[in-house]
Amino acid sequence: MEIEKVKLIDMYRIMLRIRRFEEQCAREFAGNRIPGTVHLYIGEEAIATAVCANLNTDDFVTGTHRGHGHVIAKGATTDKMMAEIYGRETGYCKGKGGSMHIADPDIGILGANGIVGGGICVATGAGIACEMKGKGQVTVCFLGDGSTNEGAFHEGVNLAAIWDLPVIFVIENNLYAEKTRISNATRVIDLSDRCRSYGIPGVSIDGNDVLKVYETAGEAISRAREGQGPTLIECKTYRWHGHFEGDAQEYKGKEEADEWKAKDPLKRYRDYLLENGILSEAEADKMDEEMVQEIEDAVKFAQDSPFPSPEETEEDVFA
Amino acid sequence: MKELMLTQAENQAFDEEMERDPDVFILGEDIGLYWGGPFGQFRGLIEKYGPKRVRETPISEKAILGGAIGAAAAGMRPCAAMMFVDFLGCAFDEMINQLQMRYMFGGKIKLPLTIVANIGAGFSTAAQHSKSMLGLLMGVTGLKIVVPSNPYDAKGLLKSSIRDDNPVLFLSHKKLTPITQQIPDEEYLIPLGKADVKREGNDVTVVATAYMVQVALSAATKLQEEGISVEVVDPRCLIPLDKETILGSVEKTGRIVTVSEDPKTCSAAALIAAMVAEEGFDFLDAPIKVVSCPATPVPFSPALESYYVPDEENIIQAIKEII
Repeated sequence: MEIEKVKLIDMYRIMLRIRRFEEQCAREFAGNRIPGTVHLYIGEEAIATAVCANLNTDDFVTGTHRGHGHVIAKGATTDKMMAEIYGRETGYCKGKGGSMHIADPDIGILGANGIVGGGICVATGAGIACEMKGKGQVTVCFLGDGSTNEGAFHEGVNLAAIWDLPVIFVIENNLYAEKTRISNATRVIDLSDRCRSYGIPGVSIDGNDVLKVYETAGEAISRAREGQGPTLIECKTYRWHGHFEGDAQEYKGKEEADEWKAKDPLKRYRDYLLENGILSEAEADKMDEEMVQEIEDAVKFAQDSPFPSPEETEEDVFA
Repeated sequence: MKELMLTQAENQAFDEEMERDPDVFILGEDIGLYWGGPFGQFRGLIEKYGPKRVRETPISEKAILGGAIGAAAAGMRPCAAMMFVDFLGCAFDEMINQLQMRYMFGGKIKLPLTIVANIGAGFSTAAQHSKSMLGLLMGVTGLKIVVPSNPYDAKGLLKSSIRDDNPVLFLSHKKLTPITQQIPDEEYLIPLGKADVKREGNDVTVVATAYMVQVALSAATKLQEEGISVEVVDPRCLIPLDKETILGSVEKTGRIVTVSEDPKTCSAAALIAAMVAEEGFDFLDAPIKVVSCPATPVPFSPALESYYVPDEENIIQAIKEII
């Protein structure tokens, strides 16, 4: 598949943005500078990046509690994200949502979601709107392996299936639901096999291969735009960090973690771009430096922003 | 003018709003060709608007409500038909965690959706098909709650609910079904959050909701014969609650009995009583009385169910205790 050079480079920039943002979140958390906790997407960047590279601004996505990557990939800016994580009034949700609820409906982000599987039926509903509006929009539902054991998965995917809704369900199987290994939570090895329960196409792929994800998601999204209904895509990947920051991760073996870190999607993609002469080493390094600067600026923006006034607590309940 | 039952009045409201706005659609179980909803409130709509706007779903309450939330977030104006309010139990994540999108997103989104369900006991359908859950649902944030007590109100309130840019839970009591009323041919709306004084009186205020308004009106008629003048206030909406009308009535009568058909522990009547105690204490000449159900599941046998549901006698007794 031929992908334009500018798209290839854009995807690298977005993967970098997610990685550097998440690394910074880990530092902010460790430094006790942010309230609450964060669930980091490090190691899974290829999925959100490649899927969203196929989307338009008016397409919709629903995310998960591990949602920073999804919203960055859909076009959210890191300054307003960091401000939200800092609980400041300049954040995406004016400090009312925090890390697990970052949203920007203007660019189709219907929110990260603090409930495992909580976004699935919402995505199906957005798919109803896409179909009824008749403008060829689609909705992508990002979900974790853990949510495939939720009732919401069954109801939401089934409804999308029977109505041929333009919804693409992207399972990010990072092997762990909170601290429970997926093999202890289901007998199904390839989670896309569950597509057969709903009579829709499904495929399991290497979620750390950005080009494979781009191609697979692209086909599914095209089918959805043409009215051919939903697809279930399982992207196999690995969560480098804990369920939340501060998680001791006693349930993970070092060997397993090392094995997956050797399959780092960001490094793999960088190597690909260098080997194929799409980027030079100097260009790649420069992009990285610029990204580090962007994230530093985002932290400064957050820290310089005021907290919301207490009275703001009672605003925004009703339209 | 036409003499219509509650469900016919609601049917007109759906029809008129669907005609008016192509973004309005309904999704739910058995709302189409063969049933039109358990009380016929959706009858004829699928023939007129087709299966894309009257969407018959599997029995999947999470997908019905979650789907309505997602569709509303993405620009539609859905009505989620939940059948009986008890079934919201299957979609409680959607009720308490997903419906709050607007607030969580810092006010960046509107969720114009109406959740319609039937409430109430009286048909020996036991604990899972008879609840009202009014007080419980009043604790759900970001949700307006509408409880009509007659066909005229139901039509005007339902049209306003559908046009509202917020999630609205519209609850129709099953026992209101046989009541008929003259419904004007011309369009009308009833604003959400405006109570209605259903009967004027001077000695005591009774604030009742849904079918309990009808029961309270019967009690008031009986007490009239004994020389007790009862004012019956129907809030029509529990959220937002028209405190002004309720407190104004208490200021006039100095006494209040609140009535609702849900467990007293956290009943709508108890919550309204608490509001009056806090904000209208100086108006009171006697203690507040709360008439609700016992804190039990709804029982099956008619002998038990009739004890469970407040009746005229319960209301009359409560009034007499404070007169």
